[in-house]
Amino acid sequence: MVAGCDQRSSRQIVAIPLNRREAYEARQKKRALIIATISTVLVVAMIMILVPMAPGWEQVKKSFFSSEIFVLSFPKMAKAFLLNIAIFAWSAPLVAIVGLLLALARSVRSPALFPLRIFGAAYVDIFRGLPVVLVIYLIGFGIPGLGLPRPYNSPYIWGTVALVLTYSAYVAEILRSGIESVHASQRAAGLSLGMSERAVMWDIVLPQAIRRVVPANMNMLIAMQKDVALLSFIGPVEILRQAGIFKSLYANFTPYVVAAAIFLVVTIPATRYADYLMNRQRDARS
Amino acid sequence: MPEAEPKLRLQNVVKKFGDHTVLRGIDLVVGEGEMVCLIGASGSGKSTLLRCLNGLEPVDDGEIFLDKLDIAEPGLDLGPVRQRIGIVFQSFNLFPHMNALENVLLAPRRVLGKTRDQMMGDAEALFTRFGLAAHIHKYPDQLSGGQQQRVAIIRALAMKPEVMLFDEVTSALDPELVGEVLDVLRALQAEGMTMILATHEMRFARDVADRICFMDGGVILEEGPPDIIFSAPQEERTKAFLKSILV
Ligand SMILES: Nc1ncnc2c1ncn2[C@@H]1O[C@H](COP(=O)(O)OP(=O)(O)OP(=O)(O)O)[C@@H](O)[C@H]1O
Ligand SMILES: [Mg+2]
Repeated sequence: MVAGCDQRSSRQIVAIPLNRREAYEARQKKRALIIATISTVLVVAMIMILVPMAPGWEQVKKSFFSSEIFVLSFPKMAKAFLLNIAIFAWSAPLVAIVGLLLALARSVRSPALFPLRIFGAAYVDIFRGLPVVLVIYLIGFGIPGLGLPRPYNSPYIWGTVALVLTYSAYVAEILRSGIESVHASQRAAGLSLGMSERAVMWDIVLPQAIRRVVPANMNMLIAMQKDVALLSFIGPVEILRQAGIFKSLYANFTPYVVAAAIFLVVTIPATRYADYLMNRQRDARS
Repeated sequence: MPEAEPKLRLQNVVKKFGDHTVLRGIDLVVGEGEMVCLIGASGSGKSTLLRCLNGLEPVDDGEIFLDKLDIAEPGLDLGPVRQRIGIVFQSFNLFPHMNALENVLLAPRRVLGKTRDQMMGDAEALFTRFGLAAHIHKYPDQLSGGQQQRVAIIRALAMKPEVMLFDEVTSALDPELVGEVLDVLRALQAEGMTMILATHEMRFARDVADRICFMDGGVILEEGPPDIIFSAPQEERTKAFLKSILV
């Protein structure tokens, strides 16, 4: 007993004292770190040794990892990526608004508004059931094909419409699940004070619902950010199309690697942040 | 009790959930300023009755008169009725994304069109009166159960209701917190609020209620002053119920 106390106080001088569990966990953590480091080094080393031994490596290296072409193409590629960001920047708020309206349409209770619910359900089913690229083709080629006059046949407009149609369906479903996760007693509390259904939704249910689905919607936005590249099929010279142009120009695939690198610079921090929000929310709830 | 003009008069109120008839014809008269306690076994329909009175559950048959207005009328705009009849729930149901003050101000602002400044005096007075002046800006998860329940009561009172319904408002509280909420109820009774309580606090019901209604199987089987109900119940079911809880 006394000896134990002594030991404790003597260690306190050196550093923050660890209790038994903390000491155990620190040892475990150190071990895990060592194992992870060794295995990472091994895998990387194996790739670096084995891949160059493959018969086609020299060819692949030249056509995918040419540092010369990387440098040559990078500035224009980065500039083309600004167009991706711009398209994303004006699509995202539209997705949020349309998604919210759809979620509200699907959540109305009044029997008189039943057709609105049906519409919302049909919309969500259709656009979640189609590949994005197909929606982009159909709308991006189909609607301008009606012979609309000049600014209204722009692939920017119809590409944006296609993205918004698709992603608002996903966002609406996420929001609706959030709305449904707010306990009925919250609604009852609002109604019992004389508030209207609309005020209850707006002031009580939605603020709670939106908070709960922020991480899920972040993931949706990240997915959309990547899918902006699909608009390359209908015209806009965004990063993927720019890469295609360079590929033809230099007869080399390195620009695609450049595009991949640029995407990752944006998407990795964004997904990490979404994961962080998700974990924080889970911890707060438990 | 003043029998002149009843505040609430229920006639043959029937409520069904699908095939399950929960209220089988409730008759009840509540006078102005009266405190009525509903007692009865779990599932006897106490909560359902209170929720019907506040319009949270539509009734299937019968009439509920609030003064001269039949609030059971199908299709009636329930907003104004709910302003006049406040309800407090067992589980508080505060809005977790708002602090105590915002919880209280929300409905007066949205429903009565009051501004924050107009309401501030009233709200602060209520918080002070119920010992919560220091907690006005705290969020529900920073308050104890007893404090949350008092905020919920203030939230209902801020609408200046004429009748207050309380559904087992102390059942979710730790025993040492029950007293502070019961004190609030006593204070409201003293100022003449018309109240209906569903409660398992038999001591409290016996001490303060003007009348006890024993509910059983969806009807009010027996009612009367607390002395009579607790010491000389007439019905076998009442006797059995009281015996089961008072052992
Ligand atoms: N929304 C609902 N849907 C279906 N049945 C319900 C609903 N609400 C209540 N009931 C049923 O109505 C009956 C009465 O319930 P109620 O909650 O009114 O009882 P109570 O007297 O308040 O009981 P307790 O003392 O447990 O609170 C129960 O059988 C219950 O299952
Ligand atoms: Mg109940």
